[in-house]
Formats: sequence, structure tokens, C-alpha cells
Amino acid sequence: MRTFERRHWKMAAATLGVVTLLSTAACSGGGDDAAEDGKITLTVDTFGVFGYDELFEQYMEENPNIVIEENNVTDLNADYVPQLQQNIAAGSGAGDIVAIEEGIVQQFFLSQGDNFVDLAEYGAADLEENFLPWKWEMGKGPNGEIFGLGTDIGGMSMCYNKTLFEDAGLPTDREEVSASWETWDDFIEVGKKFQKADTGASFISTVTPYFNAINAQSGSHTFFDTDNNLVAETNPVIKDSWALVEKMVDEGLSANLPMWSDEWNAGIQNNVFATLPCPAWMLGHIENTAGESGRDQWDVASVPGEGGNWGGSWLAVTTQSEHPEEAAKLAMFLTSPEGQISAWNAANTLPSSPQALEDPAVTEFTREYFNEAPVGEIYATTAKELKPVYYGIHNAQVSEEFRKALEAMEQGQVSPEEAWNQAIEGAKRASGQ
Amino acid sequence: MTLLSHGGAPPGGKEEPVLSPPGNDANAKRERRQIFWTRLDLKVSPYLFISPFFILFAIFGLFPLVYTVWVSLHDWTLLGGNQGFVGLDNYVRLVQDGKFWNSLYNTFGIFVIAVVPQLLLAMYLADTLSRKVRAVNFFRMGLLLPYLTSVAAVAIVFSQLFGTQFGLINYALGFFGIDPINWQGGTFSSWVAIAVMVDWRWTGYNALIYLAAMSAIPRDIYEAASIDGASRTRQFWQITVPMLRPTIIFTVIVSTIGQMQLFTEPVIFGGVAGGTQGQFQTTMMLIFEEAFRFNNYGYGSAIAWTLFMLVVVLSALNALLSSRIKGA
Repeated sequence: MRTFERRHWKMAAATLGVVTLLSTAACSGGGDDAAEDGKITLTVDTFGVFGYDELFEQYMEENPNIVIEENNVTDLNADYVPQLQQNIAAGSGAGDIVAIEEGIVQQFFLSQGDNFVDLAEYGAADLEENFLPWKWEMGKGPNGEIFGLGTDIGGMSMCYNKTLFEDAGLPTDREEVSASWETWDDFIEVGKKFQKADTGASFISTVTPYFNAINAQSGSHTFFDTDNNLVAETNPVIKDSWALVEKMVDEGLSANLPMWSDEWNAGIQNNVFATLPCPAWMLGHIENTAGESGRDQWDVASVPGEGGNWGGSWLAVTTQSEHPEEAAKLAMFLTSPEGQISAWNAANTLPSSPQALEDPAVTEFTREYFNEAPVGEIYATTAKELKPVYYGIHNAQVSEEFRKALEAMEQGQVSPEEAWNQAIEGAKRASGQ
Repeated sequence: MTLLSHGGAPPGGKEEPVLSPPGNDANAKRERRQIFWTRLDLKVSPYLFISPFFILFAIFGLFPLVYTVWVSLHDWTLLGGNQGFVGLDNYVRLVQDGKFWNSLYNTFGIFVIAVVPQLLLAMYLADTLSRKVRAVNFFRMGLLLPYLTSVAAVAIVFSQLFGTQFGLINYALGFFGIDPINWQGGTFSSWVAIAVMVDWRWTGYNALIYLAAMSAIPRDIYEAASIDGASRTRQFWQITVPMLRPTIIFTVIVSTIGQMQLFTEPVIFGGVAGGTQGQFQTTMMLIFEEAFRFNNYGYGSAIAWTLFMLVVVLSALNALLSSRIKGA
């Protein structure tokens, strides 16, 4: 009987043990950063193409105790921003280092600054001269904290598919192409000629990138004023860019491929559209997507209208990071002028550092894939005169609403007036204003 | 009989105290203790053994459920947390919200065009495989294979198949002279695309359940029917289907609950917004959009709770109907 009694206890203890084990196991998923072998794993969250592969390898070689993992997604507004926002709000799941794009810089640095490490604590304050003044300023928090170190800036050009231009009987030389579209109205005229030639391809993929590019050229503010009031309905910048893309739809220039979708990427591979606004980072996307089939297909001309900045990012260290010091060091390494030049060589992400912008590695760079286009010269010459745009804290959400409305108009689901109303209603809802 | 009554007695039997010599105090005490523990064991152990599920359910199921009600009565943002009690304001907004009604419409629409053909097809497959077919085990395994693939993988592959300009399906339709269909653009076309994804994954699963139920139907009923000259079809409608009623009702309830919460397939097909005008935004997607994209936790919770109540009502309705049918 004694043994029997003891067995009871064992059973009860075992049951309790299983219960506690299960509940703790369920609670403690993840969070095993500190590997047993003493190595520190740093996670870097990025989107699109950053060109960091070589830099990561170099850094891991120089710092054998560091292991770097990159979490990369393609679509910024639809995937990256909501995910990052959840992880920041939940207090876990975000990388040690996260990339913050121009369109969400206010959303994160101004309204959620307490989730980011002030990099001044790790000596970033001395780095000011490594960045263009506006880039440096936009990386700051509400009280002057240094939350973000600039990676790249967008700059702007217009990529065009040389083979398709030739098929349509249009000039193919990049100087001539640039001269043919001084303004956006000229651009639409060229588009009409292109469509008339009936090559089977379309002049533009979808209106969204044009809408973004034209907004970026304003150099002021877009959906929100600098006090974060929703002004999309009245801001002439938005009205003008809307009118221009509406005209592109009217003239039937669009292939109706929703931007960043699989269909859109397939469109790049299959050469079914002839132009694409190209901030510097877009070159990497075209090359990665089209692969060998796109070699020497594309070339780079200047953008209609004035220069402008679309995109570009900052690296920030989250307070969730268990190794803020190591993460800060890595962020400073990646954003140093040398790091930016390396990223430029890998992916043509246009440096935000004046030193790097003057470096021959940038200014004399020609991109073989794009018919040897002198992309360094094209981007770097305008880079220093760029005026940044203030996007506001709900920009990512409102951009999505406008994108949906523009696509609905483009695909003929609604009239332009209905699309405008849909965009404004959606913007109000998305921003809570 | 003696054997039986011995077998029925609990281990460590209760008769023992009677057998112990009276007057021995220490012994009696020990025996009493044993009795206490034995009884405790019999009463408590079963609950202890099933407790892991209930403890986990309480933490991860019940608590969030109740907490959601609490959140839904507040103006609650993802970042700022509780912004104050607002009573039923979120529910008032919900009733007037066109996007909410649109999402319900989409959810029910996809439910109808997904579940009805799915269960009919499952029934047909099960009936075919319950007959003598060559390599029957191969086909039965094959039924389950789609269920084993991850939802995300299914949705990614099908989204590409349903591409407007580069999708395989439109390419195939082109051979029949059909113009490319903008699957994501239209309401009905997007529902069809999503329903196909859902059915591809779940038809086999339901077919297996039907198959198991069919094999439990006594063979002699069929034999008697065929002696009486009933055809295969007649046997199916007059024997198989009536005998499967409880199973059919079970699959309908489970599919209803699952379909009301449809999320992954449409999200991967075209994002949380569900198309340019919410053509295929289900209620779950609206919850996600409000809570995680627009920062509106309180309102998201109100929609979530409403959806939950709706599922409860639908399940109750199903149960009611099924008891009626059984009684008939």
C-alpha cells in the first residue's frame, strides 16, 4: 500500500508539472537571443532592397561574436509598416535594428519616440557632418534625440524600357528622352505617341508610382500639414498630382498592374510597360525582379518636372533590443560614409552622406545592367538640392487609401469623382480625423 | 458475479478497513488516511488530468474573450492604450458602418459559394471511394494531402494562378475565347477565386469524415435494398444520406464556424483591405484593419465581439435545426 500511495503523489506531481510546463512554454515563445556559445544575434528589419549583404558579412568577420540576421519584406506600406507597428506596440518581435522609411518617419520618431534608443548615448552625436542636413534633422525625435541615422535618399529619375521605345519609334538616347519630357504634360504627350504605335505594351504600369513621384516633387507637405492635420482634400499638391494621373488613365496609358503585386513584378519581367519613376532604390528592384531578361532593356533618363525625393530611410535601434550597444554600433557602421558607398555599389541606394555623394565610387559609377547609364552622375548632381517632404504620422495608412482609390479608377470600377470621394473618405477613416 | 463485483471495486478496495483488526489505533489511523487519499484520488485526479486544457483555455481563450468585451466599451488605441470609457459608442458606430455590413455581406457570400459545393463534392467523393475502387487507399490518402499543405502556401500559389494578366487560369480561359477576368477587381470573381482556395484545402477533409461515417452504415441495409431492386442512386439518396445526417450537420457547423472567420486566404490574395473597394474584405479582415492598421483597438474589439455572437447564434441555429431533423 505504501508504494501505491507514493505513486499517487508522483502522478499528481507529474500532472501539475505538465500543467506548469505547458503554460510557461506557451508564455515564453521566442526571446532566446543570447545563444549558448556567447554569440550575440542582431536582427535587422528591412524592406525592399538595401544592399547590405556584403556589409553584414564584413561586419561579422570583423566582429566574430556578432551574428546578423536580416528580416526582409518587399512591400513597405502593405506589409512592413503594419507588422512593424504591431511589433513596436506589442513590445516584442521587432528587430534590434529597424529601417524607418521617409513616409513613416514621423509616425515612429515623433509619435512613438519612447520605443527607440537615443543613439547619442552611444556616440552618434559626433556624426552630424556625415549626413545631409535635412536627413540628419528628420532622424531626430521631438526633444532632439537621435533616433535614426540616415541610410539612403531617393532622388528621382525616370526609367524607360529602351527596347519598347525603339519598337514604338520613339527616341532612345537618354539625353533625347529627357528632353522630350520637360514637364508632366509633355510626358503624357510622349505616352500618347507610344500608345498610338501599338506595341502591345503600355506606357505606364499603374498610376500609383507617378502619383507618389509627383507628390514628392512638391518639396512641401502632402496629405497632412506639418501639424498633422489631414489636408488631402484641399492641398493643391494632391489635387494637381491627382489631375495628372487621372489624365494618364483617360489617355489609356496604364497597364493596370497594382504596384508591388506579383502581377506588377511579372510585368517588369515580361516588358509590358515602358516607364517607371525611379528613385535610386528602384534600380535595385528592377534588376532583382527582371534578372537576365531585363539586361540592357532599361535605361535611365531625367524625371519630368523638378527633381524630388521619393523614399530613403533611417536605421533605428529599438528599446526592445537586448543588445542596444552592439545594435547601435552596427547601425553606425552601416550608415557610415563607407557603409553607404558599399550599399550604393551593391544596390545603388543613393547615399545620404555628402562625403559619399562626392566619392568617385558614386559620381563615376555607371550601371552596366541599365545600358551603362551613368546613374551616379544622374542622381548625385541633384541630391544636394533636394527638398524633403513632410509626410505626417498617418501617411502610410492614407497612402494605402489613395492607392486603392486610384487603382479602382484605373481599372474602371468607379468614376474619377467617385474615386476621389472614396480616397477622401478612406483617408479620414484611416487617420481618425 | 463475484468476479464482476471484484472487478468493479476501486483499486485498493474500500472493504479493507473492515478486514483490519480492531483496537490497533496506529493501524486504523493509517488506514483512514489511505481511504482519504484514495477517495481524493478518485474524485480529483480525473479533473487534474483534464485540467491542462482548461487552464490553457482559460488563459488563452476565455480571458481574451472577456477582455475583448471590456476593450470594446472603450476608446482604445493600439499605441496609447485606454483613452476612456465610451459605453456602447463603438457598437452604435458599427451598426451605421457601411464597411462592416459590406464585410458581413462578403463573408456570407464567400461562405455560400464555398461551402455548398464543397460539401456536395465531398459527399460525392466519399460515396465513390466507399465503393470498390482500385487503389482505394491511394485515393483516400490523396484526399487528405491538400489539407496537409499550409494555408499560406495554398493562397500564394492560387493567387498567382488567378492573376489577371499573367495567371494560368486566364491563360487557359483564353483558349476558349474568354477575355481575361480581373479576379481581384470584381466582387463575384474575387469570391470565386477565394472559394476555390478554401475548397481545395477542405473538400478532402470533409470527404474523409463522410467516408468514415459511411463505413459505419450496416452493409445489410444496402444488400436488402439491392435485393429489392433499388439502384445505386436510389440507395445513395434513401440510405446513405439519411444515415449520414448527424455527420452532415456536424460538417455544416464546423464549416460555418470556420468560414465566418475566413482571413488568411483573402489576405494573401489581395491584402487586408480586400481589394480596391473592399470587394472581398471579410469581417475578420476588417477587424484586423481597424485594430492594427488604423490603431483602433476598441472598435476592432467591438466588431470581433459582434462576429463572435453571430457565430454563436449560427451554431445554435444549426443545433436547433439538427435536433428538429433528428426528431422528424
